[in-house]
Amino acid sequence: MSSPASTPSRRRGKRGRGSNPPTPQDARSPPSQKRRTDDSTSTGDLQPMPTSPPADAQSPGAADALFSSPPQFRHSAIPLDFDISSPLTYGTPSSRVEGTPRSGARGTPVRQRPDLGSVRKARQVDLHSDGLADDIVATEQSLGQKLVIWGTDVNVASCKEKFQRFLQRFIDPLDKEDEDIGLDLNEPRYMQRLQEINMVGEPFLNVNCDHLRSFDENLYRQLICYPQEVIPTFDMAANEIFFDRYPDSILEHQIQVRPYNALKTRNMRNLNPEDIDQLITISGMVIRSSQLIPEMQEAFFRCQVCAFTTRVEIDRGRIAEPSVCKNCNTTHSMALIHNRSMFSDKQMIKLQESPEDMPAGQTPHTVALFAHNDLVDKVQPGDRVNVTGIYRAVPIRVNPRVSSVKSVYRTHIDVIHYRKTDSKRLHGVDEETEQKRFTEERVELLKELSKKADIYERLALALAPSIYEHEDIKKGILLQLFGGSRKDFTHTGRGNFRAEINILLCGDPGTSKSQLLQYVYNLVPRGQYTSGKGSSAVGLTAYVMKDPETRQLVLQTGALVLSDNGICCIDEFDKMNESTRSVLHEVMEQQTLSIAKAGIICQLNARTSILAAANPIESQWNPKKTTIENIQLPHTLLSRFDLIFLMLDPRDEAYDRRLARHLVSLYYQSEEKMEEEYMDMAVLRDYIAYARSYVNPRLGEEAGQALIEAYVDMRKIGSGRGMVSAYPRQLESLIRLAEAHAKVRFSDKVETVDVEEAKRLHREALKQSATDPKTGIVDISILTTGMSATARKRKEELAQALRKLIQSKGKAPSLKYQQLLDDLRAQSDIAVTKEMFEEALRALADEDFLTVTGKTVRLL
Amino acid sequence: AQNAPNSDWEKKVTEYFKEKLKENNATNWVPSLNDVPVHYLKPNSLVKFRCMVQDMFDPEFYMGVYETVDPNTNARVLHFGKYRDVAECGPQQEIDLNSPQTVTSERQTFYCVPVPGESAWVKEISFLTEPVLCFLNPWPHAYISASQARVSPSTSYTPSRHKRSYEEDEDMDLHPSKQKEQHMACKSCFPGSGGDIHGCVEPKRLETEASAGHHVISPNCSPPLDLNFPLPGEKGPACLVKIYESWESFKVNDVLEVFGVLSVDPVLSIVNSEERDSSSLDPMECMDTMEEQRVHSPPASLVPRIHVILAQKLQHINPLLPACLNEEESKTCEFVSNFMSELSPVRAELLGFLTHALLGDSLAAEYLILHLISTVYGRRDVLPLGKFTVNLSGCPRSSAFTEHLYRLIQQLVPASYHLRMSIESMNHSRFIPHKDYTANRLVSGLLQLASNTSLVIDETQLEQGQLDTAGVHNVTALGNLITWQKVDYDFNYHRMEFPCNINVLITSEGRSLLPSDCQVHLQPQIIPPNMEEYMSSLLTAVLPSVLNKFRIYLSLLRLLDYSISDEVTKAVEEDFVEMRKNNPESVTADDLHKMLLVARFLSLSAGQMTLSRERWLRAKQLEALRKARLQQQQCVNGNEL
Repeated sequence: MSSPASTPSRRRGKRGRGSNPPTPQDARSPPSQKRRTDDSTSTGDLQPMPTSPPADAQSPGAADALFSSPPQFRHSAIPLDFDISSPLTYGTPSSRVEGTPRSGARGTPVRQRPDLGSVRKARQVDLHSDGLADDIVATEQSLGQKLVIWGTDVNVASCKEKFQRFLQRFIDPLDKEDEDIGLDLNEPRYMQRLQEINMVGEPFLNVNCDHLRSFDENLYRQLICYPQEVIPTFDMAANEIFFDRYPDSILEHQIQVRPYNALKTRNMRNLNPEDIDQLITISGMVIRSSQLIPEMQEAFFRCQVCAFTTRVEIDRGRIAEPSVCKNCNTTHSMALIHNRSMFSDKQMIKLQESPEDMPAGQTPHTVALFAHNDLVDKVQPGDRVNVTGIYRAVPIRVNPRVSSVKSVYRTHIDVIHYRKTDSKRLHGVDEETEQKRFTEERVELLKELSKKADIYERLALALAPSIYEHEDIKKGILLQLFGGSRKDFTHTGRGNFRAEINILLCGDPGTSKSQLLQYVYNLVPRGQYTSGKGSSAVGLTAYVMKDPETRQLVLQTGALVLSDNGICCIDEFDKMNESTRSVLHEVMEQQTLSIAKAGIICQLNARTSILAAANPIESQWNPKKTTIENIQLPHTLLSRFDLIFLMLDPRDEAYDRRLARHLVSLYYQSEEKMEEEYMDMAVLRDYIAYARSYVNPRLGEEAGQALIEAYVDMRKIGSGRGMVSAYPRQLESLIRLAEAHAKVRFSDKVETVDVEEAKRLHREALKQSATDPKTGIVDISILTTGMSATARKRKEELAQALRKLIQSKGKAPSLKYQQLLDDLRAQSDIAVTKEMFEEALRALADEDFLTVTGKTVRLL
Repeated sequence: AQNAPNSDWEKKVTEYFKEKLKENNATNWVPSLNDVPVHYLKPNSLVKFRCMVQDMFDPEFYMGVYETVDPNTNARVLHFGKYRDVAECGPQQEIDLNSPQTVTSERQTFYCVPVPGESAWVKEISFLTEPVLCFLNPWPHAYISASQARVSPSTSYTPSRHKRSYEEDEDMDLHPSKQKEQHMACKSCFPGSGGDIHGCVEPKRLETEASAGHHVISPNCSPPLDLNFPLPGEKGPACLVKIYESWESFKVNDVLEVFGVLSVDPVLSIVNSEERDSSSLDPMECMDTMEEQRVHSPPASLVPRIHVILAQKLQHINPLLPACLNEEESKTCEFVSNFMSELSPVRAELLGFLTHALLGDSLAAEYLILHLISTVYGRRDVLPLGKFTVNLSGCPRSSAFTEHLYRLIQQLVPASYHLRMSIESMNHSRFIPHKDYTANRLVSGLLQLASNTSLVIDETQLEQGQLDTAGVHNVTALGNLITWQKVDYDFNYHRMEFPCNINVLITSEGRSLLPSDCQVHLQPQIIPPNMEEYMSSLLTAVLPSVLNKFRIYLSLLRLLDYSISDEVTKAVEEDFVEMRKNNPESVTADDLHKMLLVARFLSLSAGQMTLSRERWLRAKQLEALRKARLQQQQCVNGNEL
């Protein structure tokens, strides 16, 4: 038995989060420590075994059987300071061999892995009762001895060797993960990781199962099927390599391998009894986490009479209290010594399946997770995580007083690896989860669809089929759903270019604007729907809240941040108050949100497209007014919309007729028929998702030329009549629209057709929205200054007339306001309103020609 | 002594019961948990339950096959765990948890409640064995006589046959051992409540107990267990329904009728309480909070378990109609065609009845009929089709008119709820179901209703006042329900949309603050001095048989198909274009929507499955009348101002 002095140095019993501070004893005095652990191990081997007698009898044999093939194992006898024969160490490669054989490793203690161990013991106990000798059985094969772990086809030695080869050789220059910063992709990836461990001192090696699979299919299968046997073998392999390379490295405990991204199961709903005891990866959202639970791993007993001490492993949550002291044979003399027993940290976490995975009309499933040691408190409620772990089912405890047992198992997952998914959402597109969603047949189908010549029209038709016509608007929204290509100009100092397309719908009430918004909101995975009336600036952006339980300040995100990479639908845009709307300025061009509140200063990504709907200011569109006057939105905001659509009641007989037919058909067709007619919403959704994540069109040479021409045209048309009708912002819009149209075709190159369509749509939308009611000419300056060029011209003329009038009055230093107005009215041949007059005065004041004070006008 | 596991028997069980239940009204012989209190039912017997899925728990892994060992003799016996909560084993036996023979299977648990807002008449008529009987004497049915009628067959009929068949075994000599097991069960559950145990041994005594008529539900239960009914003041058993097959097809808020094995083993509750005492060391204990345990394994006396053998979704819960109308059974067709032949007199009578109820306003009565047979028959992307929310404005405020109107409606529809809007009720009641993560369950709210429930919202009692956040959410939820026919359940971190199909009728003085599809202004022809007397006399004046016909009428017409011929489509088109020509302002697409809706339900209400030109004109006429009335009302109000 180990000496009492060694107890404090045990890693695994440590309370609290042990990962950061290295334990002083280890760190500072490796030699002596080494010495002692060795000693204690050897004594441990020789001492009589206090616990379960059958185990005692068999374990040496077991050890022999296991270690006969790789001889160095025998020598490697664990630097553990507990008894070798205890059921825990018994037969598991992890506990036995984890103590790496090379000298360098000796000082590094093994930390028990509760994430692997909790159920296995049951199996062993059972074996004894069955009279089976061992859980490692030698199976004689024709080619000679081959040892496998009982119940599996895992051969420890070959498994270890394969894994070592994997670590040393695996290179995948194409695979890029976001943690790969600073890795040379052409060097063995995991060797670099080990180097990192040496430098950083965090003894965990994360291994992507996908890599393993591409390297060795069989090894991968073994890992998935027998994780609790294979992972310790991996541990062993990793440690051997590590300490071989860095013999002087000091780690807090030995390296633990943490596989992740097992492809076994993605969805919680698919878990079934076959997955029990296998390595699985599921995604979900943390909904609850328990307090830290100190779980007793090993109880320490001392005899009250002779002070003989013994340790007892916890078996399925129970301590088998020794009734007789082995030393003095006194009955009931053993007492538990709490502070010498060993505990490990444990936490229960509830994971709920993510809303996207849920079938409609059902409630989400949940699953319990057990996190151990330093995985405790790694996730908070609300986090989206991918969890890799071992799925367990445990029968509900037998109640000693009632003979019958509930025939139900409790299930949980022992966590091996967490991977947060939503923290990434704020930094980059989460491509991993989105890419995996498509099966090959689906991709085939989508590609097939994309080849159709009329795919653009088809998709536009499939969009909100219940809304009649408005084809261009649907096309616009379709392009918005696809979005442009993301362009990064950070190196030239311009930052990211916006790829999202913003659309404003403006029109008469009852033209199904809200319905369109609702549809889009339902279609996109990260859509948000708010109403301008009911939302405040805070609700849109983010706010700081004090968590009532922890008293911590928490940043709660609002609709705009939540719809990052999605679409934020804002209904009743015109009813939104001014300050709220001003928040949108930053979002709509820079695609970020800056927050400075309650000590939290940050910039959040809000790469959201905005689909807004507004009613005209008089609630009915006034055709005699300009768009600006009808919408009454600040021009700065309006110019940020790529497309502004007017949804007006056309009042056209043919249209009415078609509308009537469409509506009538709604009222008798059964649902199946409707589905036949149009493309499925699910297909549309997949099509868009696929295009968004895989297609990234670039401007082609021709298209670039076409764009330049289009832009020059747009400007030329304007300049011919003395008006500027296009701004660089409109050119950007044009590019985005063209890119989106190329995405619709699944094309990697933007071609002239795309530019043509973008131009057409742009013109179509603008023709309606920026037609100068007085001249009938397309005039974007309406959008940028809120005033048509003719109105501007008229204003200038009036100012000049006023100047002449004043100058004609001679040297009078000051003039009466009312007098001047009357004079101007008498002189002018158009009706001069007071507003127009004041504007003219202001214009002259700007020229430093005069000043206006109260009711008098002074010349300067 | 038992068979080796093969999956065949599982199929056979379901088939056997399916066949048996098809036989002449066999379903009526199975005691229903809806009518008979749990403690009158024999444990482990076949029962049925008409219920709504309120929540879905996580799937359960259970021992499909397990092995017991006798430690003395080392004799091993295989058992089946399906359709059971408790793995049984003899006093000298132990369950071998590590046996290689063990088969783990999966089942799903639904938390089910009786259909919320189920009308009293549905419950009462469901008692009767033969649906035909209802026509003769549906009304006052003393509870005791009914329960007696139901209980006695259950005790004499079920044990020998059903017991055996779900006990996977074909050989006859099992019976004695079965009885022994029953005795065993009695012994083991002795600490629990006594009543039900005697039942399985002495059926006779049960009957006498039943006739004594005390049906106090479980006197020794802990009182504060919230059974999570959507509506306040609901009674009835909630039930944990364990489904073994194709549970994916069921959704939250579906109305089901399940046939299965009742399990009220008191051990279920005992296991819990004891676990709680000695929970200190069990690592599994810390997995669930106390609340979660209470919710997920409540005492069986309060929330019994049903292990489902057969489950089916119900299209409607009207007991006067055959359960499934789609089936091509001659009986069903006969029933429908018989009823259709006498449809128009029924409609006329119903119209008269409702006209009286609406104080002589026949137009409002016409619209009320249309409203009552409306149902969401489809969704075009987000747009629900076929919802017809009526806002009955101009209701007299003083007399309890709306109250009485609701009572009448209650007599006609199978499920309904009267929501009296007031500042307080809006601010303090729970409308939207939300997920309680501590207890891991969906806490129900008022708006968690089954399809085709009538929700009557009374706005006349609403006073001025301040709505707080909860109140605003509640009103928004009501608005969403009316416009989109969906409720966004609150899952704390996100919201989830559940489509629904609820008929909303709003009674108000002026125009309602909630959106509606059509507003009908009530024009009372008579103002009865005593509203209560007037309304109750109205109800007593209707013969029960006629009342039943009304009920069939309303439920049946909802389920009919409808179409519009090309010819009529053309006519409607022409009409619309014509109307727009004359006055483009007044007729919009929305109006056309409304007219088509009215036309649809008008045709259906007359039993016609296609739109005819006459109906279309009639629909237009009705709409014109309604609009004229509204305009008139606005003028009146304008003058007053």
